[in-house]
Amino acid sequence: MAENIQPGTIQDQEEVKVQSGRARAALPAADLPDKVHTWPYLVRAEFISGCILLLVLMVWSITVDAPMEEPANPTKTPNPSKAPWYFLGLQEMLVYFDPWIAGVLLPTLIIVGLMIIPYVDINPKGNGYYTFSERKFAISTFLVGFLGMWVGMITIGVFFRGPGWNLFMPWDYWDPHKVVPLTNIDLPYKIGFRSQMGAMTCGAILVLGWLVGVPGVVWQLKKHTPFMRQLGMMRYGIVATLFMIMAGVLVKMVLRLSLNIKYILVIPNILNI
Amino acid sequence: MPDPEKRRTSLGDIVTNNYVWRSIFRHGYADTPRNRVLQVSANVWLHLHPSKMRRHGIRYRHTWCAGGLTFLLYLCTVVTGVVLMFYYRPTGEYAYWDVKYLDFDIPFGMIMRNMHRWAAHGMVIFIWLHMFRVFMTGSYKPPREFNWVVGVNLLTLTLLLSFTGYLLPWDQLAIWAVTVGTNMARATPLLGTEGPFGPQLGMTPRYDARALLTAGTVVGAPTLLRFYVLHCIFIPVIASILMILHFWRIRKDGGISGPL
Repeated sequence: MAENIQPGTIQDQEEVKVQSGRARAALPAADLPDKVHTWPYLVRAEFISGCILLLVLMVWSITVDAPMEEPANPTKTPNPSKAPWYFLGLQEMLVYFDPWIAGVLLPTLIIVGLMIIPYVDINPKGNGYYTFSERKFAISTFLVGFLGMWVGMITIGVFFRGPGWNLFMPWDYWDPHKVVPLTNIDLPYKIGFRSQMGAMTCGAILVLGWLVGVPGVVWQLKKHTPFMRQLGMMRYGIVATLFMIMAGVLVKMVLRLSLNIKYILVIPNILNI
Repeated sequence: MPDPEKRRTSLGDIVTNNYVWRSIFRHGYADTPRNRVLQVSANVWLHLHPSKMRRHGIRYRHTWCAGGLTFLLYLCTVVTGVVLMFYYRPTGEYAYWDVKYLDFDIPFGMIMRNMHRWAAHGMVIFIWLHMFRVFMTGSYKPPREFNWVVGVNLLTLTLLLSFTGYLLPWDQLAIWAVTVGTNMARATPLLGTEGPFGPQLGMTPRYDARALLTAGTVVGAPTLLRFYVLHCIFIPVIASILMILHFWRIRKDGGISGPL
């Protein structure tokens, strides 16, 4: 306790720490109390931010009207038909994957994957403060997944998709008769496998190699390191599988948008990836 | 009881120094440490907070206030949504015209609907910001693992709340957005008529996961009623229960996260 402050008055220590930089500098760091009163400091911060938010919401609601189109008409399908904006990432994934993967499997994996993050991230550092250097893998993965893919695909869906779900620049005229040649081919065909059996084998090797082979090789190489021992095979398997699926979605998107690749693995009537 | 000896000098004194006021607010108004604690612990709304907290927790740059503002936007949608419910009938023949009536004839109807819609969109944005902030500060780490799980559930429920509300204006935007969204359920493995092994398990367009959502083979009047009940009763109740759990767990898990 610093001697020049009367305990129990308005001049108590937290006031010095919160409000006066000069007084704070005068105190040795060890003497500064870690706790402050919730009233007024937190309540004040909440009140101010709440007021600003409500003000913005009201001005926005006075100036911008909620959309209202013609009455619902099941016989008149608009082109494009877009899901609500926050689901446009999922609708965008329909371009790259079959509906059961894009619309059901991947959303489920996103939700489940988010929920298990605390149970597979065994890094004790970076608990309660901002840091990148102590959590490089976790933060990079999250940034790619959340900002790069989720927010990125929503941006594509909102601003760059027009009639026929074709790509348009935001300033382009939405031509409903835009002709886009359907030149999509499967990856095994592209690299030279012309028979169905050959293409299936090639696709299976690529997909299994990506989802199982790569994580397996990394495990074999690194399993004796202290970190991997602590992580354990179970947690490693879950993290690696989810990570490779997420990276695989990104790879498939790039392949589709740059090389017009439709599928990597085709097993007729059973599975297309 | 007020002190009869004390002279009532100021307006504030007259308002606060009497029997009725003191029956409501147990603590004094002087800015003393004791009263600062009581302002929080003796107030039913504020006692969600601890009466003292670690210093970094009050910094905007640590929390962005994103979680609290998500909750505030939820309260906005509850208040405006209840107002809208007075004027809205979730049936095929009335829904659209009730919304038109709200927009053009009800005093403040338009701004209630605007606020409801924009607050809902804001809630989606702020809950994402909140998740982003919580991840960046590593606040899901022990002992807060389970509260992160509750939060992911709340995130999912927020999206479902917004999605079910999207249908209610019953205009072209609503019906087709929900058609696109619910069509995905057709592809559910095992439970959808176009999903892997769905037909083999006896799924038909009239009897599969999508039909459960839309109450029929197309997005029609039965879907509207179903989404209305989900939107106004079912999901808000579940979400509110999870919010209580979420806020309570923040306290039990040691308050706003911070460097140890």
